[in-house]
Amino acid sequence: MAVGTYERAPTLERADYASPVASELETIWETKPGIGGWLSTVDHKELGIRYIATAFAFLILGGIEALVMRVQLARPNLSLLTPEQYNQIFSMHGITMIFLYAQPVLTGFSAYLFPLLLGTRDLAFPRLNAFSYWAYLAAGLFMYASFLVAAAPNDGWFNYAPYSLKTYNPGPNMDFYALGMILLGISTTAGAINFLVTVLRTRAPGMSINRLPILTWGTTTTSVGILLSMPAVTLACFMLWADRQFGTHFFDATARGQPLLWQHLFWIFAHPWVYIIVLPAMGIVSDALPIFCRRPLVGYTVVVLGTIATMVMGFGVWLHHMFATGIPFIALSFFSGASFVITIPSAVAVFAWVATIWTGRPVITTAFLFFAGFISMFVIGGVSGVMTASVAADRQLTDTYFVVAHIHYVLIGINLFPVIGGLFVWFPKMTGRMLNERLGKWSFWIILCGFNLAFLPMHWTGLAGMPRRIYTYQDGMGWNTVNLVTSIGAFFLALGILLVLINIFLSVRNGAVAGPNPWDGPTLEWVTPSPPPPYNFAVIPAVASRHPLWEDRLREGMGHSSVHRGLVLDDGKEMLATTVLDAEPDAILKMPEDSYSPLVVAVVMTAGFAGLLLHWWVFSGICAWLMFMGLLVWLWPEPKLGQSARWDR
Amino acid sequence: MTYLRTFGGFKGEQIKVLTWALLIQAIVVVVIVSLLVLIGVLLRRSRRPATGLDRQPVQETGSGLSWIYIGVGISTIALIGSMIWNGYTMAAIDRPPRAPELTIEVRGHQWWWEVRYLSQDTSRIFETANEIHIPVGQPVEFRVSTVDVIHSFWIPALGDKIDLIPNQINSNWLEADSPGIYRGQCSEFCGQQHAHMGLVVVADKPADFQAWWDSQLQPAALPADQPQVAEGATQFVLRCGACHNIRGTQAGGRLGPNLSHLMSRKSVAAGTLPNNPAYLSGWIADPQTVKPGNLMPNLDLSGPELASIRTFLEAQK
Ligand code: HEM
Ligand SMILES: [Cu+2]
Repeated sequence: MAVGTYERAPTLERADYASPVASELETIWETKPGIGGWLSTVDHKELGIRYIATAFAFLILGGIEALVMRVQLARPNLSLLTPEQYNQIFSMHGITMIFLYAQPVLTGFSAYLFPLLLGTRDLAFPRLNAFSYWAYLAAGLFMYASFLVAAAPNDGWFNYAPYSLKTYNPGPNMDFYALGMILLGISTTAGAINFLVTVLRTRAPGMSINRLPILTWGTTTTSVGILLSMPAVTLACFMLWADRQFGTHFFDATARGQPLLWQHLFWIFAHPWVYIIVLPAMGIVSDALPIFCRRPLVGYTVVVLGTIATMVMGFGVWLHHMFATGIPFIALSFFSGASFVITIPSAVAVFAWVATIWTGRPVITTAFLFFAGFISMFVIGGVSGVMTASVAADRQLTDTYFVVAHIHYVLIGINLFPVIGGLFVWFPKMTGRMLNERLGKWSFWIILCGFNLAFLPMHWTGLAGMPRRIYTYQDGMGWNTVNLVTSIGAFFLALGILLVLINIFLSVRNGAVAGPNPWDGPTLEWVTPSPPPPYNFAVIPAVASRHPLWEDRLREGMGHSSVHRGLVLDDGKEMLATTVLDAEPDAILKMPEDSYSPLVVAVVMTAGFAGLLLHWWVFSGICAWLMFMGLLVWLWPEPKLGQSARWDR
Repeated sequence: MTYLRTFGGFKGEQIKVLTWALLIQAIVVVVIVSLLVLIGVLLRRSRRPATGLDRQPVQETGSGLSWIYIGVGISTIALIGSMIWNGYTMAAIDRPPRAPELTIEVRGHQWWWEVRYLSQDTSRIFETANEIHIPVGQPVEFRVSTVDVIHSFWIPALGDKIDLIPNQINSNWLEADSPGIYRGQCSEFCGQQHAHMGLVVVADKPADFQAWWDSQLQPAALPADQPQVAEGATQFVLRCGACHNIRGTQAGGRLGPNLSHLMSRKSVAAGTLPNNPAYLSGWIADPQTVKPGNLMPNLDLSGPELASIRTFLEAQK
């Protein structure tokens, strides 16, 4: 039998969303209605939205924790919380915001948008995507379960040894942290692999790498960052757990262990992580700000190179979290210097955005306001970062409220602002309805003012010498007024976020109908109806420029993108694989059906981790075996996943 | 505790000037970029709607790249300048201008500071806690470590902080240029009472400092003619001596702060309460309410026991 028998060249046809091909695809790709479909779906759009919704739920939890802290700190010597309660709450606030909100929400945007931006039908591994989501949810619930036994992690989000060891922390608090982080790491790693393969192999024909939207560059870059950094923290958490449960001495100084080893392993991971939770958000701005400035982004190539350079350099600055630990002078100067230099690529992005505004004709929408406000907040977070890059200054600043102010400008300014802006841009795509602009603008101004009221004075609190992570402070230190202002600002900020949530709630049902391309955006997601059908594209589009929907008006590129005429792939669930650099058509991918196995595997895996926490070793063993069985079902070869020639067409 | 004003002689001055410079540069950058955004938006804004047919058309108006060249060019110069200044400052303050004559060992405990004065003359070595005296106008070396978790030793008005790390001796030097009382606080999270792990550095004129040191070497005051003090001494050894130490008595504990010459200190419980008889007895009667979770247990002293112990401590000037 000749190899050729199994080769099939798909036909090139014109088909829109009303064509017979489209209705055929609808039946092939659609998820079963009802709870069964909900639990087994592998549709990236459904999962992406779920990721975003879950991340917002964690944002609300972390926000409530923040407000409780701010009440406790509003005046000196308050005792709303016991010291131990405060410590658990500030730790869970940090863990929630950094690990359960900031990165997952960006994963949500990417999971939703990747296939749409890239002109394909799903992520490369749809079931793995479902698994990532379930494992993320499970890891979050796992860590939050600690509150039920009043033993939440209580050593801050970076959890320094030896306070985290059993000697000083006998309860299960740190076991929730160590095991929960490993669990979450599995989810994040799976997600990163999925994004990488998707971007490398499933782009629309013609979408060479210099035509990728910046958001995909951001997420691709950070996915590499995740794969390189995650092992460090997973290892560290495993070592911590072993120290606590099996009497190993990795971090135990009383037995010649090294407490500082934890800090190195943690920051080798966590400094890159800081970029992992901002670069895709910067990508959101780089892609969406130009829509409202009515011109392409200024400096696409340098911005992309800057993104990559930031990630690479992000692996060489971890020591700047440890300037006060007694590191030798030479090492200090190297890491200090590197920390200054890493700002340069960020400056590239800032001036690219400013130039895009100045050379464009900005239309003032809520999304635009969030992006413009973001630029300013980004710069505040950036320059306070430069101050902490200086060893001489940082050894005063570190571990004070100055750093708390800095991280919030970075996290709220560079993550939350773009995320809310991005929501205003893509909510119409996701739901078919526009968010309310009036309410949106109100929420912007309240968030902007509340945020700055809460956190700008906090720089001062730090310069006035208030250490971070204290559950109360004494009267007469000169910190009373600033703290009161900060607490009031925090409630305004919370109110603004509440307005956004109300807006979402109202608009899902009653918002204006969006149509496929309400903002007149340039990229492929705007070709599809809002919300897009399960198969995204009736035919696989072919791309000839960076802005397929603007190219006629910009006279961009040589040829023409072709969005309604393209390869027909309708012999079962199919996608196109293309080559890595040039995106030439390469193979037809047979995509898996919906399945319960990702959910089942995630659940038994989490149960196994719970068993480890409780020392139910046999139970954990059984879970491991069930997980293996679940994987077998998941990966079981099926005839319809093989390529078959259909000569009868 | 602000360090935008320092009293730290050469070192404090260097850090302060650099911090101010970076702060001002930061403010200038923020103002410039924010104005650029604001003016850009106001000047260039389109009044057309965001959606619908008469929306602003898309056009490519110039490459705009010169913004990046100029902006990044200027930023790079500012960054390199800051970097060089920082490097210069780091080198300048790495070592004191002359070798310190005085070395003080500081060891962190959950949630108080053990302090030991070193000397060539072994009879002058002594221990104290939570309050450090230093002579004005000379660099003092601090050698810091910890018996339990990581802490950080920080006297903001005198200079930078240094972490206390198990099995590791870190050192830092500080100098005060005028007499005064400088507050410090632990600044690495160390558990429940991290908030109440303060300390005080008192900078004395050199003569006063020597006098202070001499007085610290004196044994405990146990006047035989005051029976309540003598009774208090016995009670102290019995009830407190397992953890606390007072030179010249049988109390030799090392789990809690050394209480020799307690009344010469400004505060009790690591900067938590002012040191006067009322607060002192309040603390001894119920440390767990004052500083919840701290490692001194409530001792359930009877009224007379408490009174005699307090009288004894009051004599420890
Ligand atoms: C209403 C909004 C918020 C308020 C009022 C707030 C307030 C606070 C407060 C009071 C602390 C504790 C400082 C301390 O005791 O040392 C803190 C820490 C922190 N916050 Fe927030 N926060 C808010 C939102 C966020 C967001 C959105 C993020 C991230 C996306 C975030 C990330 C962090 C981190 C990482 C820490 C450090 C926790 C630690 O020290 O381990 N916060 N925040
Ligand atoms: Cu401490």
